[in-house]
Amino acid sequence: MINLPILPILLPLVAAVLLMFLSKSVKAQRIVSVIASAATVLAAAVVLLKVKADGIQTIDMGSWPAPFGITLVSDMLSILLVLTASIITLCVVLYSFGSIGSGREAFYYYPIVQFLLVGVNGSFTTGDIFNLFVFFEIMLMSSYVLIVIGGTKVQLRESIKYVLVNVISSAIFVIAVGFLYSVTGSLNMAHISTRISEISAEPIITVLAILFLIVFGLKGGIFPLYFWLPGSYAAPPAPILALFGALLTKVGVYAILRTYTLFFYHDQPFTHDILALLALLTMVAGSIGALAYKDVKQILIYNIIIAVGVLLFGIAVMTEESIAGTIFYLVHDMIIKAGLFLLGGIMIYITGTSDLNKMGGLIRQYPALGWTFLIASFALVGIPPLSGFTGKLLIVRAGFETGEYVGAIVVLLSSLAVLYSVVNLFMDVFWKKPEIPLPETKKQTASLFIPAAVLVILSVLYGVGTEVVYPYVMQAVDTLIHPEIYIDAVLKE
Amino acid sequence: MKTNDVIFQTVAKVVFFMIIFFAVHLFFAGHYYPGGGFVGGLLTSGAIVLLLLAYDMKTVRRGFPVDFKWLISLGLLFSVGTAAGSLMFNVPFFTHAYDYFQLPLFGKTSLHTAMLFDLGVYLVVIGVTMTIIQTIGESE
Repeated sequence: MINLPILPILLPLVAAVLLMFLSKSVKAQRIVSVIASAATVLAAAVVLLKVKADGIQTIDMGSWPAPFGITLVSDMLSILLVLTASIITLCVVLYSFGSIGSGREAFYYYPIVQFLLVGVNGSFTTGDIFNLFVFFEIMLMSSYVLIVIGGTKVQLRESIKYVLVNVISSAIFVIAVGFLYSVTGSLNMAHISTRISEISAEPIITVLAILFLIVFGLKGGIFPLYFWLPGSYAAPPAPILALFGALLTKVGVYAILRTYTLFFYHDQPFTHDILALLALLTMVAGSIGALAYKDVKQILIYNIIIAVGVLLFGIAVMTEESIAGTIFYLVHDMIIKAGLFLLGGIMIYITGTSDLNKMGGLIRQYPALGWTFLIASFALVGIPPLSGFTGKLLIVRAGFETGEYVGAIVVLLSSLAVLYSVVNLFMDVFWKKPEIPLPETKKQTASLFIPAAVLVILSVLYGVGTEVVYPYVMQAVDTLIHPEIYIDAVLKE
Repeated sequence: MKTNDVIFQTVAKVVFFMIIFFAVHLFFAGHYYPGGGFVGGLLTSGAIVLLLLAYDMKTVRRGFPVDFKWLISLGLLFSVGTAAGSLMFNVPFFTHAYDYFQLPLFGKTSLHTAMLFDLGVYLVVIGVTMTIIQTIGESE
C-alpha cells in the first residue's frame, strides 16, 4: 500500500474526530483512545519494518510530484521517533485513566492528546519545510489546550507565558521559512538541500541557519531560550507533563538535527561551533537547576534541559559516530523521560505534594515503585547496561576523537549532576524518615504504576538489546550523513 | 436597558438570507474562482452573528438547534474522510477525483471531490467561529 507512511498521522486524526463526537461519554472515549493509540503503534511498527526492508518511503500528497507538492518522507530516523512517540502516547493515555480527573476527561482531554500526536508524528514525517510549520502549529495548539485544561490558577498564569513565547517563535518560524524560500525558491526539504549546495558559499545561508536555530531552540529549550520551560511545564498534571517533556522538546531537537544535517552543513566551523557552545551552556544551566531545586517536578524538568544539551552536542560534533549516539540518546531520552515523569506523578499522587522536604519513607509501603524509580534513574544517567549508556558513550567518544575535549568532559560531568540530582530525589522521597508519619492505609496505584513500569522495562530492553537496535540506528545515521540518499529518495532522480 | 430595535430586527431578517445566499454562491464559486469553504463559512457565521445582535442567544438557539462544537467534528469528518478516501483506491493520500456530468437544470457540470473537502472546511469554520463568539458572549 503506497499510503503506509501516512497511517501514523491519519489514525490519531480520525480518532480525535471520533472522540469529539463522543465527548459526552468518558467510557467510550477511553476505549476509542486506547484502540486508536494501539493501532498507531502497530502502524508505526509496520512502517518501520517496511523502511528497514525497502529504504525510505515517500508519498506525494494529492499526486502532485515533488518538489511541487507536499511530500511525506519516512526515513529511518522519522519512523523510529514516530514509533517511540506513539508508544509513549499509548502509555500516557492508559496512565491518564486513573490520574487526569473526570473534569478534564469530560472536557476534550482525549481528543486533544490525539491531536498532539498528529502534530508530533507529522513533524517527524513531513518532507516540506512549510508543512513542518503547520504540524508544529497543530502540536502547539494542542499543547496550549493541554496546558490550560483544568483551569487552575497556576496553569492560567503559565499558559499566558507559554502561548506568548510560542506565538512569537512561530512568527519567527514563518519569517525564516519565507526567507529561506526567497533564497532557494523551494519549500521541499530535499530540493532546498540541493539548491543550498549550489550556493553554499553565500553568507545568507549562515544567517538562515542561526534564524532556524533560534526558532527550534525556543521549542527545544536550549540555552538561553529555555527560560519559559521550567515554569510552564510544571503547571499541568503529570500525564500532560510527561507528554510535553518526552515529545515537545524532542521535536525541536529533531528539527535541529534534520535542518543541520540536510541544509546547513556547509559552514560547519561557524554554525556547528555555535551549536557546540550552546550545548555546553545548556548542559551547565540544566545541571545548576537540577541540583538547586528541592521539588520532584523541577528536578525532572531541568533534567530535560540537560538531555537537550547532550543531544545538541552530539549534533554539533557531526561525525557518523556522534550522530549515531544522538539518535540512540534521543529515543532513549523520550522513553525514559516519559517513564520518570509518570513515576514522579505517582509520588506526587501518594504524598499530595511535590516538595522533597515534605516527602519521605515511601519505600516501606511502595517498594516496587521505589526500585523501579531507581532503575529508571540509573537508565537516565547512563549506567551500563541500561539504555542511556550507548548514546552517551558514542557521543563522548566522538567528542574526544574530534578534539572537542571540553564538550566531552562537560557531557561526562553533566552525567554526574544528573546522577546526584536523581539519587538525591530517590533518597529524599523513598529513604528519608518522613516528617509527618505516612498514613497506614496504602493508596491504590496499580493502574498508574503499570504504564510507567512498561516504559521503564522498555527502556531497560532498549539498553540490553542495543545489538538488535543498532542496525536500525545505523540506517538512520546513513541518511543523515549522506543527504544524497534522502534527496534521491524524494526527488526520485 | 431596553432598546427599541424594530428596524434593526426587520432588516436583519431580510439581510440574513441575502448573506446566506451570497455565502452559498461564494462556496460554489470557490471551485474555479476566488471563494470557497473558508470564506463561505465566515460569511455564514457572520449572518448568524447578525441575528445574535438583533435578537438574543435564546432566539438564535431556537433557529439553529445544533451544538456548534458538533459541527466542528462533522466538518473534520468530511474533510478527513475525503482525503482518506484515496486510501481505498490505493492512490496517494489527498488525491481527488473529478468528472463532468450532464445534470438536469444545470447542464454540463463538473463534480469534484474537492467540494466535499471544502464542505468540511465550511462546517469547521462555522463551528469554530460560533463556538468562540458564543463563549465570549455568554459571560454577559
